[in-house]
This record gives sequence, structure tokens and C-alpha cells, in this order.
Amino acid sequence: MIIPRVPVQHRRLLPDRRLSGPTPWVIAILMMLTLLAAAAGIGLARSANAIGDAIAGRVTVQIVTANPVTRARQAATLRREAAAQPYVHSARNVEQSELLATLGQWLGSADGDDPVLKSLPLPALVDIDLVGGDRAGQLARLDALVDRVAPGARVIPHAEWLGPVARLIRSLAWVAGGLVLLMILASGAVVIMTARAALGTHYATIEMLHLIGATDRQIARLFQRRIAIDTAYGIALGTAVAAAILLLIGWQWSDVTAGLAATASLGPGGWALLLALPLLAIALAALTARQTLLAALKKIL
Amino acid sequence: MRTGGTRPRAAGVMTDARPARAGGAMVEFDNVGLRYGPDGEVLRDISFNLQPGSFYFLTGASGAGKTSLLRMLYLAQRPSRGIVRLFGEDLGAMPRHRLPGFRRRIGVVFQDFRLIPHLSARDNIALPLRIAGVGEEDLAGPVGEMLSWIGLDERAGARPATLSGGEQQRVAIARAVIARPQLLVADEPTGNVDPDMAMRLLGLFEALNRLGTTVIVATHDIHLISRIDNAQMMRLEKGRLSDPTGALRYPPNRA
Repeated sequence: MIIPRVPVQHRRLLPDRRLSGPTPWVIAILMMLTLLAAAAGIGLARSANAIGDAIAGRVTVQIVTANPVTRARQAATLRREAAAQPYVHSARNVEQSELLATLGQWLGSADGDDPVLKSLPLPALVDIDLVGGDRAGQLARLDALVDRVAPGARVIPHAEWLGPVARLIRSLAWVAGGLVLLMILASGAVVIMTARAALGTHYATIEMLHLIGATDRQIARLFQRRIAIDTAYGIALGTAVAAAILLLIGWQWSDVTAGLAATASLGPGGWALLLALPLLAIALAALTARQTLLAALKKIL
Repeated sequence: MRTGGTRPRAAGVMTDARPARAGGAMVEFDNVGLRYGPDGEVLRDISFNLQPGSFYFLTGASGAGKTSLLRMLYLAQRPSRGIVRLFGEDLGAMPRHRLPGFRRRIGVVFQDFRLIPHLSARDNIALPLRIAGVGEEDLAGPVGEMLSWIGLDERAGARPATLSGGEQQRVAIARAVIARPQLLVADEPTGNVDPDMAMRLLGLFEALNRLGTTVIVATHDIHLISRIDNAQMMRLEKGRLSDPTGALRYPPNRA
């Protein structure tokens, strides 16, 4: 039982001053920060995984043969022969129009129809997705194929240039996870301090209860219930604020569809974890309070 | 702990020469010493037996160690040395989780009342029964009777801060006796009440004693002591128990 059941008459043994101390407010702030950090961590981890999945087996072959007709033929041959290899999942020629549109974003031509842009000697690109397995061996065989079909072409594994970005994002996700852990520890410390302060404040009552035969468990349940309820108020408040912030960010994020940002989302599992965190926090607070109280009560005869 | 044998007895109030069998005593102290911190002992070489159903007064000058002795009796303090047996069990060897069961057999009237300030007089009196798990439906009768007896039924809902010192004392006494303890320990129980109320309270103690409760009352009031027939007196002087007749350590068997 997260919040222990205590008879109504026994509850009166502690004065009824709920939400009067700083504990619920401190817990609310910590819970809000915990949820935001957890959401950031989950979003970043999913983004890193998405990038990792996307780049892990993708290779772009850049054919720079000067003669455009030969270049186009080499690209077509490479696509066809690569697609026939057992270690290749798919292969496709990147259309010139795609290249022009991409370059147009950087060179100032919105639609890529600038005559200067069109006059540039653009390479032919072939995107190849490898199947899972021995990546180094697959790349070696692909290198050999490329050397045969299009001598001088460059094989560019996407992991080479997007890998550091994915690692950075994954590192940030771990930092967020570390922050979640630290804030959970801080919340536990707040609960321990609250429990000890409560024992100090009510020492006379506790001593009296002991002397008339109350067990440690009876006394601990009183305080455990009070601390769990106060903590639950704080957690509920922090969760509500965090939920509002996350929904606002989610609403703004829904318009972001391009680039790496579009890969960041919480997903059903992430939302479930975020919803579980407050319940886990209440359980953790109640357990921490109980252990703290029982340990402290044992020091009293 | 001594469990039998004979011992020469000095002439005194206790004339039965047969020492009590220690196994029959409710409380046994054997060469008990108590110290707080590094200072010298506040109680030294305390040895006595309290017999079931007896009535004892504990006297002594302020600072003689009366309250320290009582604290060991009501299990608020373990001795620094020696053996304390309560209800036949060695307190020193008793695991902590068994203490509550023993404490429920002891009623305590504290010198400073120790009422719980945010509870009403009724709830303070009901506390031992609630802690013992008595249901609410079974509480009303005994608590009401106790409130009537101490003359506070009109003020049952009052909190201690609104009660006079004497009224608080009466509530504290009612709380100590409501669970019909086997041993009643009272530290200056009449210190804050008028003589009439003091006699009524003493009458309650005596009535409980007749019903089998062993009573030990620490007091300075010499008149109080003379009111109880067959009461025995224990005197503490500078941390030592004065027992010139040996009757405290080797009490006579009760007829």
C-alpha cells in the first residue's frame, strides 16, 4: 500500500496541517523538472535511435565522371547491379532535380531553377541501403563493385558524417537521464529530511505514544501516511505543470517536419513512462519515509 | 538474580522473616546502576522487589533520582548496569519489539502530564485503548466513565491548553489508569491538585490497588503516605535506595 490506511481516530494524533510546510512545493518543483528532463531524455534517445537506424546501413555513392552521358550510364549500371547483390536491401538513383532543389536552398535559388545552378557539373548519386549484418564486409564488397562499374567514384557511408551527431544526441539523452536520477535522489533526500524533521517536531508525542505501548510500525504508519499524502500533492502539482509545458511544446513541435528535429518524439512508450514516473515517485517517497522513520524510531528505546 | 534462600532481617515494619521468591515479584531490581553520559551514576546499587498487588511510595529529596528510577520502571530507560526484571523477564535481554507489549501493562502518570496538546481531553484519555486496538464502539463507555470520575465530563472536548494544571493532571491520571494496568507508576501525581482532589485520586489508586494493580507513587507529600494502609515506603538518598530493614529487597510474602 503506497499510502497506508490509518484509522481516522489515529490520524488525529498528528496535527492536521497539510501543505503548510515547504515539502509539497519542493517536491512539486523537483517533479516538474524530473518530468521535463525525462521527456527531453526520451525524445533525444528516440531521435538518436531514429538517426542511428537511418544511417546505419545507408551509403551514398558519388560518381564524378566528367562525361555526363558516361556518368549517367555508370549510375544506372551501379544501381541495377547493386540492387541485385544479396547484401543490398535497396538502391536508387538520386534524381538531378533533388540535387538542384537541395543545392538551391544553400545557393539562394528557391526552386533550383537558377541557370547558374543548372550549369554546375553535379555528380551522380546512388543511395544504397545495406541489409543488416557484417557491415565492414558489405562495404568492402560494395567498394569492389563500385571500382568495377564506376572507377573513381566515392563510397560515402552516412554513419561517417551523421554518426557524431547521433552520438552527441545520445550523450545529451544520457545527461537528461542522469538529471532524472539526480532529481529522484534529491526528492528522496527531501523526503528523508521531512521525515526526520517530523520526528523532531513531534518527538514528545512519539515518546508518549511509545510509552503507552505504541509500536514503531503504528507510529511510522502515521507519519508515512502524512508524508505520502503531502508528497502526492506536490507530485500532482508538479506533474500538472510539467504536462502543461510538454503539451505546449508538443503542440509547437507538431509543425516541425524537417531535419533532425522531426525525429524527436516521445512515442507511446515514452508517454507511458512519463505517466508512470509520478506513481513511482509517490511509492518511492512512501518507502523512503517508512525506512527513515523506522530507522530513527529504533534509536528511541 | 536471587530466587530464594534466607537472609537475616533487621527489625522493622516488615516482620515476616521469609524472603520473597524473586520469581513471584512483579518488578525486580538487582544491583542496578544508571548513568547519563560520562558523569557518575545517578542511581547506584539499587536492589528491590515490588510484589504484585502492593502499594509503594517512593520518596526522596529533589535530585535524589526518583524520576530516573521511575523511568526504568516504565521502560523509558535501560539500566547502565545490573538487572531489571519486569513481569519475570529481564529487561536488558528483552528485544526491542517486545517492549510495547510490556508498556501496555504499565500505566504512567508523568510529573509534567505529557498530554498531547492537539487532542481533546477525551481523546487523550482514550489513547491507550486506541493504541491497544480497542474499537471505537467499545471506547465510549470506559472513557465516559473516566471523564465523569475525574469530574471533567463537561470539558471532554477541551484541549489541554485550555485546562487548568489540576484538570490536566486529572486527565493524565485517567489516561494512565483507563487500560487497567498491572503496574501503575505515578510521578508526583497530586502535585497540581487541591487536597480534596488529591484524596480522590489517591482513592482511585487505592481502588486500583485493591483490584490487583501494583502501584508506585513518587511524592513529597508526607500526608499522602499516611493515608494508605499497608503501603510500603522506598526512600532514595543521593542515588541510593534506603532499605534499612531489607524489606524492599526481600519483601515478606503477602498473607
